Amino acid sequence: MIKFLIKGLIRDKSRSRLPIIVVTIGVFLTVWMQAYITGFMGETIELNARFTHGHVKVMTRAYAEEMNQLPNDLALLEVSALREELSLLFPGMEWAERIQFGGLLDIPDESGQTRAQGPAVGMGLDLLSENTREVKRLEFERVLVRGSLPKEAGEVLISEAFSQKMLVEPGEEITFIGSSMNGSMIMHNFTVAGTLSFGVETLDRGTLIADIEDVRLALDMQDAAGEIIGFFGDGFYDDERAYDTIKAFNAGYKDDPDEYAPVMKTLSQQGSMATYVQMADIWAKYISLIFIIAMGLVLWNAGLLGGLRRYGEVGIRLAMGEEKGHIYRSMIYESIIIGIVGSVIGTALGLLLAWYMETHGINIEGMMDGASMMMPNAIRCRITPPAFYLGFIPGVLSTVIGTALSGIGIYKRQTAKLFKELEA
Amino acid sequence: MEIIEIKNLVKRFPMGKGEFTALRGVDLNFGKGEFAGLIGPSGSGKTTLLNIIGSLDVPTEGSVTVLGRAIGKLNQKEAAQLRKESLGFIFQSYNLLQVHTVYENVEFPLLLLKLNVTERKKMIMDALEWVGLTDKVQSKPPQLSGGECQRVAIARAMVKRPSLVLADEPTANLDAANSHNILKMMENLNQELNTTFLFATHDEKVINYLHRKIFLLDGKVDNEEIIRNH
Ligand SMILES: Nc1ncnc2c1ncn2[C@@H]1O[C@H](COP(=O)(O)OP(=O)(O)OP(=O)(O)O)[C@@H](O)[C@H]1O
Ligand SMILES: [Mg+2]
Repeated sequence: MIKFLIKGLIRDKSRSRLPIIVVTIGVFLTVWMQAYITGFMGETIELNARFTHGHVKVMTRAYAEEMNQLPNDLALLEVSALREELSLLFPGMEWAERIQFGGLLDIPDESGQTRAQGPAVGMGLDLLSENTREVKRLEFERVLVRGSLPKEAGEVLISEAFSQKMLVEPGEEITFIGSSMNGSMIMHNFTVAGTLSFGVETLDRGTLIADIEDVRLALDMQDAAGEIIGFFGDGFYDDERAYDTIKAFNAGYKDDPDEYAPVMKTLSQQGSMATYVQMADIWAKYISLIFIIAMGLVLWNAGLLGGLRRYGEVGIRLAMGEEKGHIYRSMIYESIIIGIVGSVIGTALGLLLAWYMETHGINIEGMMDGASMMMPNAIRCRITPPAFYLGFIPGVLSTVIGTALSGIGIYKRQTAKLFKELEA
Repeated sequence: MEIIEIKNLVKRFPMGKGEFTALRGVDLNFGKGEFAGLIGPSGSGKTTLLNIIGSLDVPTEGSVTVLGRAIGKLNQKEAAQLRKESLGFIFQSYNLLQVHTVYENVEFPLLLLKLNVTERKKMIMDALEWVGLTDKVQSKPPQLSGGECQRVAIARAMVKRPSLVLADEPTANLDAANSHNILKMMENLNQELNTTFLFATHDEKVINYLHRKIFLLDGKVDNEEIIRNH
């Protein structure tokens, strides 16, 4: 009997192939969509983390208060000791010292007179030490337009847009004018090693990127840094984990009344990231949920129609003396098989595309012109454990529920009525 | 012994707010081995009566006893059991399972009876021999002519050697030659296996083969003719 039913299932394309294709497509879309939303939301967060926020950030309490004014007079001191403490406390994490600063860039002509001048936001980070991860983290090689990355002290990177506006070429000198840590005006000369284009307007307007030791020298910040940012080993932001981390760190300074004592903040506690992290989380959850419900409805209907279409066959089987319960159960088993086969194929395909988009990404740089928020310039997926099982919810459950509901008709209808439909 | 006993059978269908009476007091008995037919114009209640005898529907009033079982009192399981063990159906539109071979279509009733492969094989080949389709064993219904399809349906109805075969307009979709062909076949089976056949029809060709004719009109037995006793 089972063999007989399986033969029928395999031979009847409208009973097997078609529903499997429908389930496969539905599950494929669900899985890919989930990975895509997770990836897109996550990528934006990671981008912001890499550039400015870190997954967590250590500052002085005073600096934290006025973070967006880049108050380097409130910077952390004795940074090396603090770095050691952090490495000891959180062995799995990566830490990077950063100094963000603002000022003017002045381009001199041959005679030393100002040829062009413009405001610039500068960032000092570890470009030159042997095992620095910052160059890779910010993908400088990928966004380099002209020239090369700095190889020795005094060399800096500027944004390509800025270099065009100021007519300054790699190899030329520029002068930074700003204020030192203790408030006195300083001027410092750098050599432009290369230009960068991030594809993000806020970064491309007037960015100066220098090795942190040069910045310390220029701003008189020996063993100081505005911020130390930390990253989780696996490279992904996790809000809960971030909160656990800062709790552990801040507990150590709970009784320290000093306003220059270090304090650690999560990415979500910095600027507009709070709303974004929350939004990303909600979006990822709810869009996935809505999608699962929508696909569920589609597959439910497919199951329902598939069942209704078979009232004729049901009539024949009833006439032959098969019990209603037996017919009903065999239809449910069939839908379970179809649901599982379709879900497995759909999940596999969804993961495949998601995996491709996780490793390669789809370039959307062109679409992101003029974006003021830091948005990733490639769409990437991110495969998380739910991607492996989420698709089965619409895939199996909805298909089976649809079939089960349509099958109730077998019970509700008079046998003779099923028969009328058969004769029709 | 009577294998079908019908006493004062009334069948009403709900229709809109009221009811429609399809059978209004039918009294009939059929014995083993009869080759009988319900004859009447469209809407006279032939199919309704056949469905009730076949336990696909239930009486509103009166009693119908088939092979000793009261149709109105059977639950769904018992009705299925009666159909599975003792009844064969033949329909106007053949109603074969389209994706299954001739062999598998005829096999289906035997699978329900849980017979083993060797038993099944013998019975299926016998049945296909009766209807002359041993060369089409592996064909599927879409590859067969209408006459061949109806012969498969007859084989399917007969394969388990039921006591009673119910045939609702079996020739309606067939030409004259094929109609005679299958009627002769059924008459032979009636003679050889002593299976009771009950037809519902208004086809002259069928009527000429019947040994007993029951004329229905407006849900009542109008007249009856016995051509020859079984
Ligand atoms: N389920 C139902 N609900 C309502 N009315 C029904 C139902 N089944 C049959 N009827 C009515 O009962 C009457 C008898 O129907 P039945 O199908 O028995 O006729 P018939 O003699 O088989 O006709 P035909 O030769 O056209 O097949 C018809 O008027 C039909 O409309
Ligand atoms: Mg009829």
